[in-house]
Amino acid sequence: MPDIIEVSHLVKHYPAVKAVDDISFSVRQGECFGMLGPNGAGKTTTVEIMEGITSATHGTVHYQGEPMGPRFRSEVGIQFQSTALQDFLTVRETLHLFRNFYPRGMLLEELAKLCALEDYLDRDARKLSGGQRQRLLLALALVNDPVLLFLDEPTTGLDPQARHNFWGLIRDVKARGKTVILTTHYMEEAYLLCDRIIIMDHGRIIAEGKPATLMAHHFQDAVLQLPHEDFRPARGAFTEKVMDVGEYVEISTADINATIELLLSYRVPLSHLQIRARTLEDLFLELTGRELRA
Amino acid sequence: MIKRFLAVLHARNLEFVRDRSALGWNIVLPMLIVLGMWFLFSGGEQPLFKVAIFSGGKPLASLHNAFLETRFIQYYSVSNIQSAIRKVEHDQSDMLLDLHDPTHPHYWVNESSPKGYILEKILSGEKDVHYTRESVSGRAIRYVDWLVPGVLGMNMMFSCLFGVGYVIVRYRKNGFLKRLNATPLKAVEFIAAQVASRLILIMLITIAVFIGTDLLVGFYMSGSYLALLLVAILGATSMISLGLLIAARVASEELAGGLLNLLSWPMMFLSGVWFSLEGTPPWLQRAAAILPLTQLLEGARAVMLDGAGVVQILPNLLALAGMTILFLALGAFSFKWKND
Repeated sequence: MPDIIEVSHLVKHYPAVKAVDDISFSVRQGECFGMLGPNGAGKTTTVEIMEGITSATHGTVHYQGEPMGPRFRSEVGIQFQSTALQDFLTVRETLHLFRNFYPRGMLLEELAKLCALEDYLDRDARKLSGGQRQRLLLALALVNDPVLLFLDEPTTGLDPQARHNFWGLIRDVKARGKTVILTTHYMEEAYLLCDRIIIMDHGRIIAEGKPATLMAHHFQDAVLQLPHEDFRPARGAFTEKVMDVGEYVEISTADINATIELLLSYRVPLSHLQIRARTLEDLFLELTGRELRA
Repeated sequence: MIKRFLAVLHARNLEFVRDRSALGWNIVLPMLIVLGMWFLFSGGEQPLFKVAIFSGGKPLASLHNAFLETRFIQYYSVSNIQSAIRKVEHDQSDMLLDLHDPTHPHYWVNESSPKGYILEKILSGEKDVHYTRESVSGRAIRYVDWLVPGVLGMNMMFSCLFGVGYVIVRYRKNGFLKRLNATPLKAVEFIAAQVASRLILIMLITIAVFIGTDLLVGFYMSGSYLALLLVAILGATSMISLGLLIAARVASEELAGGLLNLLSWPMMFLSGVWFSLEGTPPWLQRAAAILPLTQLLEGARAVMLDGAGVVQILPNLLALAGMTILFLALGAFSFKWKND
């Protein structure tokens, strides 16, 4: 797949902060590309430079091999982290307003169906729920039938059900062959949706690759969770790779059988034992020593 | 380009018309002010007789005229005899005395003015001087006739400055402008749509208030409606452009509110909404002339009260057009989509 967007040595300085510190990467046509990192990592600044909304201090962004020109605005769709809409307009009128900014685009009915907005078209846009509002913002980003779609933390603040519904929509959009650039601080979201990711921290890229490959590269183990109370008899036998996480201890192990046998030998009750695979949250912790949402 | 402009224009019109409270206020407030002032001033006869003196530049005290020593009469000096005659016609002055040639003094009174009649009787008691009588006639201009253009202009000013300036700052602060910037919409298309939308709506509102107020108090309108419409359109456009200029970069509603107040309050008092600037120091009148509302009101009053046409108010029209171009150019040049 050819690159649709290429970022080279991007730097952005604000008076007191270096928000983006010499990063380079490229996004391939048709993929879902994730940009992960905690708040303040530089994701939004990077993505806004890629969108042409913010100017870079140094570095370049090329779209389809060329510097960004007027064509870029017509061919991309953008959903910002937070956007207010014009007051007193219905969903249909808001879609109509944005549709008229572009020479070509999707039919309103098709767009409403894709974003599950058919039942709300005549509702005042201010009266939508959080999930409905995010779907409207997605529809606005898709109104011109873009080849490249930027989604900046689209599910922040949504309840779990609305978030899962939104992920379904992003999969549908991806299935239409569109390239999606997604920034998020939900690792689960990136793991489920993204073909490739970069993880950012302090304006730099600290890891890059396919989520599963990254995980396999950094972790060959699984995590066993036990309540503190149950684990107490065996604590002396586990000197390494044990972490206290709330009411639980987490034991990292590459050999689950051996670990369970050891626990049984200390008569540790296993009725509350849970085994979980490593997550991107763990990876971030491993790479930075900090929790992602800290 | 025109499609994008029309899309923003239509959306903005819907937003304005559906905001019922603001729309109602735009219509009701000016009518309430005019009615209130009408009640306040319609019954109260002014305690003094007002006599204008044209002395050809000589101080009144140097004229040694016995009539000028009569008590309970306010004498004031005028430099333009034609404009002073119009004031007598409209009952804004009870009498005009031309004393520039002491050997052939003239006076003007309005045939239908009771105060003019009484003053004439007093003047005829002067044995030493023979005055030549000049009579004029015309409908009396009440304070409310003079006030109507002022209140309509003030309503336009608030609607233009705050309705455009404040709204754009709010759009910028809440990120709506940033979202628009992510589309192919250009700043000039957005700005033009804002100007057009506000202009159409404020003109419709002003015409409605004009008709409504006329039905309520029956004010004076002697000039060309075309000239009045033209000065109103240019006045509104210049003030919308001024609102845009203020809103071009500001991202804080508080700062925008402060700046807009800083402009609107001096205009309220210096542009002659409530009181005429005649008699104020010349420097103040020169300073007031740079305010768009002053030019609008001068033009509108010249049309409504003095029967002026387009040609007579051309200086006001040109001044307003010049201000519009200047404000729009500066506004478009410095316009920022988003808050840094």
